[in-house]
Amino acid sequence: MKLNINGKPVDVAAEPDMPLLWALRDVLGMTGTKFGCGAAFCGACTVQLDGEPVRSCQTPVSAVGTAKITTIEGLSASAIGRKLQDAWVALDVPQCGYCQAGQLLAAEALLRATPKPSDADIDAAMSGNLCRCATYTRIRAAIKQAAGA
Amino acid sequence: MSAPTQALPPLSRRGLLQAAALAGGGLSLGWSATGPARAATTPGALSAFVQIASDGAIRITAHQPEIGQGVKTSFPMMIAEELDVDWAQVTVVQAMGDRATYGMQIAGGSSATPTQFERMRRLGAAARAMLVAAAARAWGVPAGEITTGSAMLHHKASGRSARYADMAAAAALLPAPDPQTVTLKDTAQFRILGTRVPGVDNRKLVTGEPLFGIDARPPGLVYAVYAKSPVFGGRLKSANRAAALAVPGVKTLIDIAERRDLKTEIDVALPGIEVLPQGIAVIATSTWAALRGRDALACVWEGGDAAFQSTAGWEAAAAKALASGPQKPGHINHGNAGAKLAGAARRVKADYAYPFIAHAALEPMNATAHVVGNRCELWLSTQTPEDARRMVALALGIKPADVTLHLMRSGGGFGRRLMNDFAVEAAVIAKAAGVPVKLTWDRAQDFAHDWLRPGGWHRLEAGLDAKGDIIAWTDHFVSFGADGVLNPTAVIDASLFPSGVIRDFRADVTVLPIASTLGWLRAPINNAFAFVTQGFIDDCALAAGRDALEYRRALLGAPRAIPIAEEFSGETGADAKGTPYHTGRMRGVLDKAATMAGWGRKLPPRTGMGIAFHFSHLGYFANVVEAEVTPGGQVKVKRVWVAVDVGRHIVNLSGAENQVQGSVIDALGAALGQRISFADGAVEQVNFGDYSLARMSDAPPVEVAFLSTDFHTTGLGEPAYPSVAPALAMAIYQATGKRLRSLPLDTSQLTA
Repeated sequence: MKLNINGKPVDVAAEPDMPLLWALRDVLGMTGTKFGCGAAFCGACTVQLDGEPVRSCQTPVSAVGTAKITTIEGLSASAIGRKLQDAWVALDVPQCGYCQAGQLLAAEALLRATPKPSDADIDAAMSGNLCRCATYTRIRAAIKQAAGA
Repeated sequence: MSAPTQALPPLSRRGLLQAAALAGGGLSLGWSATGPARAATTPGALSAFVQIASDGAIRITAHQPEIGQGVKTSFPMMIAEELDVDWAQVTVVQAMGDRATYGMQIAGGSSATPTQFERMRRLGAAARAMLVAAAARAWGVPAGEITTGSAMLHHKASGRSARYADMAAAAALLPAPDPQTVTLKDTAQFRILGTRVPGVDNRKLVTGEPLFGIDARPPGLVYAVYAKSPVFGGRLKSANRAAALAVPGVKTLIDIAERRDLKTEIDVALPGIEVLPQGIAVIATSTWAALRGRDALACVWEGGDAAFQSTAGWEAAAAKALASGPQKPGHINHGNAGAKLAGAARRVKADYAYPFIAHAALEPMNATAHVVGNRCELWLSTQTPEDARRMVALALGIKPADVTLHLMRSGGGFGRRLMNDFAVEAAVIAKAAGVPVKLTWDRAQDFAHDWLRPGGWHRLEAGLDAKGDIIAWTDHFVSFGADGVLNPTAVIDASLFPSGVIRDFRADVTVLPIASTLGWLRAPINNAFAFVTQGFIDDCALAAGRDALEYRRALLGAPRAIPIAEEFSGETGADAKGTPYHTGRMRGVLDKAATMAGWGRKLPPRTGMGIAFHFSHLGYFANVVEAEVTPGGQVKVKRVWVAVDVGRHIVNLSGAENQVQGSVIDALGAALGQRISFADGAVEQVNFGDYSLARMSDAPPVEVAFLSTDFHTTGLGEPAYPSVAPALAMAIYQATGKRLRSLPLDTSQLTA
């Protein structure tokens, strides 16, 4: 099966019904995308398909088709992604850090659609991504910093 | 997170330092706690905490387990400060799990900072002193005339300067000083400690580099899921092995037929149950295939020690105990609470309850193991690496020294990773598989096999004097254990406020049997008791018609240390003995939080404020919660103000603030929605759909103020948590007139 991951064509030897999460992690060794709940409750496995955030644990590789996959390993290719990464580092968002890849993929999609998000916009876009350490205060601040607010 | 005690853990034996030459040139300095000299080190070698290479590299080893509490950054900061280098000049190196080399490695009890703050500083200061001594010798000048800064040595009178790197090789030939004799910086000269330093792994985290245990991928890796009974101790009745083996990617099945008790002398010992359960491991080419294979097994389980368990049964048993009287009257009994109650001007009664809750670390439990002969290599996210080595060694019948443990970043700990049951499973499976195995639990297993924060019930009664002040306090505490003894994670001891300030204090106990595993969860014991004790203080204030803040001030009285005398102590007497808390420090944070929040100001309709304080893990915390309750009964927390007293120093202001804000929001989430229940012996919750954590839209602004007081510097990972729930409950009362005394708070009662 051929996938386009972070701008590169990649051959993946995976069963068609294997969720993209496990194809990335176990077949391709791209472990930046995280397993959290396996049921779309936590958002740790968030990647983008053609720029839209999706839960890779619920996305069979066979359903990806020609859509362009963006994972945390490819986030730096986006100017908005780099601003978010810099804000995340500077404001020291992570505690354990396990959820942050998913948070960043969700935040990048938010800022592309809504360059100056309100608190309500951030709540709506980010509430599907759990942070067990509850770093929400800083995630919010970092999104605003990256947005130039 | 481990310690139910509030005492400082004992310091390990006084360490001696040992210097060595770095291969390639330079100075390596570390503890020689194990005595005999170790081989000369190489760059990246594991025995050194500080390495100054002749090429200019400055490496500092981070040895504590990083679980999100920030030690991988804060501990090297302590060394770097006294070494007198710029933080930007430092490269942090992750240690292996190896107690013989590094001393105690444990993430628990908020104990790292209080026990090792000075030790780490002395290590850095000793390295600096050796570099100064080397320069003094080279230049023929008195060491006292040499100054340092930014990894440079200067002698003003002669105009000489050198880099640390230039003196490192010569310094390595000098004897290491006694760390107790080195001079520490005047704290006014701190340039790193007390500042905001972002986490050393931040860039790696935001670019997806592999850091966590679940990311380890040794060559030849296969993936495992372990099918086991959701009821503790359940036995396998049937399984469809052929169906599992037919799943594409499934390679083999490994039966682990016998349940094993692996109780041993470990750092974090709980009675009874360090067990390898019976089950079937599915080995596959991916975790996905292993999960599907596990499902295809369609295991049927029967029986189990825990089959009797149900929340309904326990609730009925607790109600019966509260009505009929305690099993163990006078578990703690100081003064004469009965007589004081009888003579009180007024008596106040209330019942409190709280449920089991789960750790729910976001990185599922996992371990990667490779067993070759009598050796095992482990890649592990754990809070207790040495325990993991010992338990795995016991399970495999090998020596702990032959277990090599790669200490990986933990995707959350919260006390769950004090236990290493998943590491034992992985090691036993890997031994049978003969190749490296990554075992991953799914989320349902994480809930079903957690070491839960125990639930409990309290029937409280207080006697008030004519002014309404509390003169006596009794508590019938019902919680869980075995053989009539409370589990160590559910103890009530005399170090718990208001025992100590209320001299006539009695706690009676009833123990309900449980077979499932109980454990320590962020601010253990305190995370439940503060809701009860602070809540009941509010009940007494309400009965007396007095303001919650003024009432607490009166209760605290004059600033003084409250010694916990021997006669106070119950089952945990050995731990509680001699542990003081200080009412002045409680008053300090209480007043500060009240000032920050504007306590007493007029609030909009259906909006209220609550205030609470708590002492645990050597830290003093107070908070005010402002909450609005919608006509539909939805609780919206508007803002939280927190005042913190953890002594003289905040090591890393950024990390400290993050810990407090996260703890507060975590505690709000728990108070408003977290509950683990049992039916037919097993945990009912299977995923985040029925166990709710706080989300972005639930998270209020949290303002944090750190007081600096002239006391020992202590830890921050846990003690901000306990005082949140009682303040929230009181804010809801002020908003609605409904007094909720059970967790999670039942918001269905709050409709207008």
